[in-house]
Amino acid sequence: MITHEKIEKNLGLLIVLTILIVSVGGLVQIVPLFFQTSTTTPVATLKPYTALQLSGRDIYIREGCVGCHSQMVRPFRAETERYGHYSVAGEYTYDRPFLWGSKRTGPDLHRVGGRYSDAWHYAHLMNPRDVVPESNMPAYPWLDRPLKDAAIQKKMRTLNIVGHGYTEEEIANAPAELEDKTEMDAIIAYLQVLGTHAPRN
Amino acid sequence: MSDFTSGFWPIYISVITLVSIIGTYFFLRSQTTRKLAPGEKAELIEHTWDEDLQDLNNPLPRWWLGLFYGTLLFAIGYLVLWPGLGNYAGVLKWSSLGEYEAEVKAAEARFQPVYERFLQQDIATVAADPDARAIGRNLFLTYCSQCHGSDAAGARGFPNLTDGDWLYGGDPESIQASITDGREGVMPALGDALGADGTKEVAHYVLSLSGREHDAALAAAGRPKFEENCAACHMPDGTGMQAMGAPNLTDKVWLYGGSEAAIIETIAKGRNGVMPGMAQTLGTTSNKEAKLHLLTAYVYGLGGGVAPAAEAPAQ
Repeated sequence: MITHEKIEKNLGLLIVLTILIVSVGGLVQIVPLFFQTSTTTPVATLKPYTALQLSGRDIYIREGCVGCHSQMVRPFRAETERYGHYSVAGEYTYDRPFLWGSKRTGPDLHRVGGRYSDAWHYAHLMNPRDVVPESNMPAYPWLDRPLKDAAIQKKMRTLNIVGHGYTEEEIANAPAELEDKTEMDAIIAYLQVLGTHAPRN
Repeated sequence: MSDFTSGFWPIYISVITLVSIIGTYFFLRSQTTRKLAPGEKAELIEHTWDEDLQDLNNPLPRWWLGLFYGTLLFAIGYLVLWPGLGNYAGVLKWSSLGEYEAEVKAAEARFQPVYERFLQQDIATVAADPDARAIGRNLFLTYCSQCHGSDAAGARGFPNLTDGDWLYGGDPESIQASITDGREGVMPALGDALGADGTKEVAHYVLSLSGREHDAALAAAGRPKFEENCAACHMPDGTGMQAMGAPNLTDKVWLYGGSEAAIIETIAKGRNGVMPGMAQTLGTTSNKEAKLHLLTAYVYGLGGGVAPAAEAPAQ
């Protein structure tokens, strides 16, 4: 039997045994997730984000929305009554990176798609107090400027590497889809598609 | 969830989990040296630093060993009771979905009798019930206040629900239909068709309809244009049409503002007032129908409910 003295004096052995021990949790809890149908198969009708939605998602990331808004309705009655059906893993197949978030200063946004009108989102992002006087969310008036996303085709091709499946036609049309759009249009397009492929109640 | 792509994974999980528990047990046993007798000095491991700093091979403290073996026992108990080993569901058969469904079921059992009573009453009766109004207010704050305001007085572009002025009708059926399926009011942009002067003339005619300050000459010029372009939805007398959600222009209620500039903007650019249908949003449990009923009654009772018969309800 190896004594602790032997391990402590043999740096290579110490490293190997340490890696072995700390990797057990990941090997058991994380690795099998990549081999589960419910985590790897998109829910029915889920489509990769369109060019405009994808740009909007990047604005969502840029503005740090994830810092205050989660995107995961947990299976608790208090949450499903307020937001809708609890989130399932297959809804996030095209989220790279996922934007689950971990803090809710504002409400969860995973079921926000279709809940409000585009006009509401516009008014709300320009100044939340105009529609919700009690709100403490910051205003984002600068989003009402032309959308410039020169890298959109590159992004779509990169996402194709991990299986988003954009067709050549969709990639070719992407710049035209973003033409004459504002950043506001893009982020609203993204918000309006969030969670709309949820299992129906 | 046991939807692994192959039968290998449950075995993989179980084997690694059990081997690590058993392995740490034997490893710890092998490293445990006997307790020292009173006065006995632990064996010296050869290092000596800084003249007298020594590394002694002391046995592991017994309390620490006890804690470690305790966690191993805890792990085994956990794996027997709860899911953890591959596809094994555990003695307790716990799942997060099961817990959620039990929670929903308990809430239904608790609230259903309350809802049942209100479901058997008509909207006007429910609207007058203080308990129902308290529930309705909570529902309103959860689902409606973001657009219509927590006091239901609305905002620019989002209708005030307290004023008795209804775009789509204030009888219980219309209110319930608005909540369930939503509404979409589309006013086309007429700026190009009317031109700048024409738009201004029509705007002044619209101002005249509700007796607001206006230029009589412009209003007179705007009248035929109104009749040609606007009367189909807003009716020739400007009183609007609820079937289309076309607002009454003769009252003092303005959804997008009643100033000359606001009216000109409305005519020139058109408006698109969308209320999303709430059928999917009103929670996920079987009390959805009751919630809809209570919410309809709350909105109905906010100040402007129109009784299905001619008579207005008591407030």
